[in-house]
Amino acid sequence: MAHADVTIADLRRVLREAAGAADNVDLDGDILDLEFADLGYDSLALLETAARISHEFGVKLDDDVVVDANTPRKLLTAVNSAWPASP
Amino acid sequence: MTPSVVVTGLGVVAPNGLGTGEYWAATLAGKNGIGRLTRFDPTGYPARLAGEVPGFVPEEYLPSRLIPQTDHMTRLALVATEWALGDAALEPARLPEFDMGVVTSNSAGGFEFGQRELENLWRRGGEHVSAYQSFAWFYAVNTGQISIRHGMRGPSGVVVSEQAGGLDAIAQARRQIRWGTPVMVAGGVEGSLCPWGWTALLTSGRISTRDDPDRAYLPFDADASGYVPGEGGAMLILEDARTTRERGGDLGYGEIAGYGATFDPRPGSGRPPGLRRAIEQSLADARVAATEVDVVFADAAGVPELDAVEAAAIHAVFGPRVPVTAPKTMTGRLYSGGGPLDVASALLSIRDGVIPPTTNVTPDPRYAIDLVVGGPRPANVRTALVLARGQGGFNSALVLRASH
Amino acid sequence: MNRRVVVTGVGVLAPGGIGTGSFWDLLSEGRTATRRISFFDPTPFRSQVAAEIDFDPEAHGLSPQEIRRMDRAAQLAVVAAREAVEDSDIALDELGPHRVGVTVGSAVGATMGLDQEYRVVSNGGESWLVDHRYAVGHLFGHLVPSSFAKEVAWAIGAEGPTTVISTGCTSGLDSVGYACGLIGEGSADVVIAGATDAPISPITVACFDAIKATTNSNDDPQHASRPFDGRRNGFVLGEGAAMFVLEEYGHARRRGATVYAEIAGYATRCNAFHMTGLRPDGREMAEAIRVALDAARLNPEDIDYINAHGSGTKQNDRHETAAFKRSLGRHAYRTPVSSIKSMIGHSLGAIGSLEIAASVLAARYDVVPPTANLTTPDPECDLDYVPQVARECPVENVLTVGSGFGGFQTAMVLTSGGRSGA
Repeated sequence: MAHADVTIADLRRVLREAAGAADNVDLDGDILDLEFADLGYDSLALLETAARISHEFGVKLDDDVVVDANTPRKLLTAVNSAWPASP
Repeated sequence: MTPSVVVTGLGVVAPNGLGTGEYWAATLAGKNGIGRLTRFDPTGYPARLAGEVPGFVPEEYLPSRLIPQTDHMTRLALVATEWALGDAALEPARLPEFDMGVVTSNSAGGFEFGQRELENLWRRGGEHVSAYQSFAWFYAVNTGQISIRHGMRGPSGVVVSEQAGGLDAIAQARRQIRWGTPVMVAGGVEGSLCPWGWTALLTSGRISTRDDPDRAYLPFDADASGYVPGEGGAMLILEDARTTRERGGDLGYGEIAGYGATFDPRPGSGRPPGLRRAIEQSLADARVAATEVDVVFADAAGVPELDAVEAAAIHAVFGPRVPVTAPKTMTGRLYSGGGPLDVASALLSIRDGVIPPTTNVTPDPRYAIDLVVGGPRPANVRTALVLARGQGGFNSALVLRASH
Repeated sequence: MNRRVVVTGVGVLAPGGIGTGSFWDLLSEGRTATRRISFFDPTPFRSQVAAEIDFDPEAHGLSPQEIRRMDRAAQLAVVAAREAVEDSDIALDELGPHRVGVTVGSAVGATMGLDQEYRVVSNGGESWLVDHRYAVGHLFGHLVPSSFAKEVAWAIGAEGPTTVISTGCTSGLDSVGYACGLIGEGSADVVIAGATDAPISPITVACFDAIKATTNSNDDPQHASRPFDGRRNGFVLGEGAAMFVLEEYGHARRRGATVYAEIAGYATRCNAFHMTGLRPDGREMAEAIRVALDAARLNPEDIDYINAHGSGTKQNDRHETAAFKRSLGRHAYRTPVSSIKSMIGHSLGAIGSLEIAASVLAARYDVVPPTANLTTPDPECDLDYVPQVARECPVENVLTVGSGFGGFQTAMVLTSGGRSGA
């Protein structure tokens, strides 16, 4: 079953819910290719974000995804090319 | 020469006041912070009153990145610590990192956070448990988060002895200062006002089931029927008196002059409870005679058998004439936050020359103690004793003394 | 006043061996006690291995009421405490209960009890407003883990300073360190000190799954715990308890006690960096090691054995190796290092005390336990970790370290040469 792509707007929202936002970072700006570390998100924040995306959008993400996808663009690419989780 | 340890900053988060100033004004005015629970609907539970910290909006005080990973009580602890540091005029970033440590006490950890994650686990499955559960719930969380937020790399710790733990944490911080760490953050802030925490608290067998906030928690009263739980507490900044002078500070609110801790004998042994000995040890440690103590902040369990033990211990050491008070009648019992909040109150009594009242209580004459009721009592307070007992048999006593 | 503290009694309940003898047999033989989780069905979880103890509380003298009211962790602590007291041959009643204290370390308290009881009152997580009518009477004892210290104090009759120390995965070291402070300043002459944790429960497994801290080598449980190995991929969750009789040195000598070791140095620091993360340079652990050595009046070359934290995560083992090099210089390369978590898993708050037990036994028997499962070298972990086989060599002074969530970094130095009377 196809699912609608997860967008950068979705990602912004999930990031905020999962880990807040750093004071000096404009999450609404052009962040697609900025590294998560520079956006103030550590590995824990990304694990939490990836888990929430997985549950909300029904996508199953491999262990490595969080390690390798270190920018919003890479994470969205990984998420949108993953198979949906079985119902 | 053993260094003198002084308290240079206070940060209070209490059910009748957010912030030290608000808390103390409310306490002297006899304002009751106990009310019907609002954090969840208490209708179906046998007890429905609690002391809840009013008007705390975490987003107003903390960076958003800290919110998802912290329980409500950790947020309170972080804010109280920040206020205490401000009160002490201390900027941790300007101090050598290994010169500052943190000792907190906790009884239940981040229990509400834990309840949410348990629900996620059992209702939806393990993969729905938050990545933050690995540290947001455990007992060490406040020490950890405080040390990270302020870059404090010195010796730190966490003690758990239920309501006695807050005094034990302050005592351990005093030890660390005497062993060479000039600045210590110490205290306790906690709360488990969620249905799962409430259910567990109820099994203590000591919680009042009354619905009138002015009649539920009456320590040393013939009408005592248990206590009311609350959330909050106090964080203190402790310093070596020599270094505080060196950095241009004054000697703050007062000195942590003495401490004693004992444990009650096992039930059925026929041996006497240990509170009296804890008091005597703390006085000996402070090199203070009983006649020099100007006020006792009581543990005030609110359970008749326990009130009797406390009154007997106070009477045995001091006779009938030392003023005794329990402003916790306005906040409820705050577990690991209770002792530190009483220490804050004791230090403010010393500063302002006034003893806060024990509200709503008509002292039962059989206890033969001079309970301060009816309003605050002006008094020249130079030396104060704070008592705290943890359920299970923990007895701790702390002596505070004016610095000047 | 700073009185000296010695260990005169040891009690251990560990995976693969209840009792100090079985514990040491496992360690010295390099056997592992890690297996597929049997306490519940682990299939839904990412990590399905653990180091469990086959523990029958009734067989170890606990009454039906004690078993009912005590969480498993409390049960382990009480049994260990009794073993330690018996081992020390100390007459506590002669000392007087006021002079005897208790400190019990625990990172996660009554986790099993709380997990189980939560399921009932919430009816499987169905309602936020849980049903208090299904609460067991001793639930308060599960809520506040100071009940563990209470149970030990009741079991041995202590009335001195009593508390639980809960600093995450360094609780087992910090509890003993705290007790040394009590004896050192004269608040107690004897402290029954140690730690316990029984965290093998769905909530704990799930929370470590969420941060991928535990191994998912579920196909090979016996070899899943691989500290310092190039193929390590997380720790194995364990359980256990170790309790000690800590005694003021003069008191121990006067009664002719058999001394295992002296606790000659102890220091704790925080990395103030991250609740779960570690920077690779290990500087705060190095600082704790430096201060502990100073307190023991020893130099790096005086250490015969380093009992590592060695949890088996990529970041820990790298962090710790760096800390050893930073604090011990070239002596880090010359000193055998090993992690017993390779054999008994990581029992969180308990492990620090279990590692103290391993350290004093290493000193008693002059045998360094190995790091099991160490077969693939990791260029970032290039010290002598005593792979797979225990090594006989003189062991007089041991450095043991721990690292825990919240940023805690602790080091302890145990000495057993002539001057400690051991």
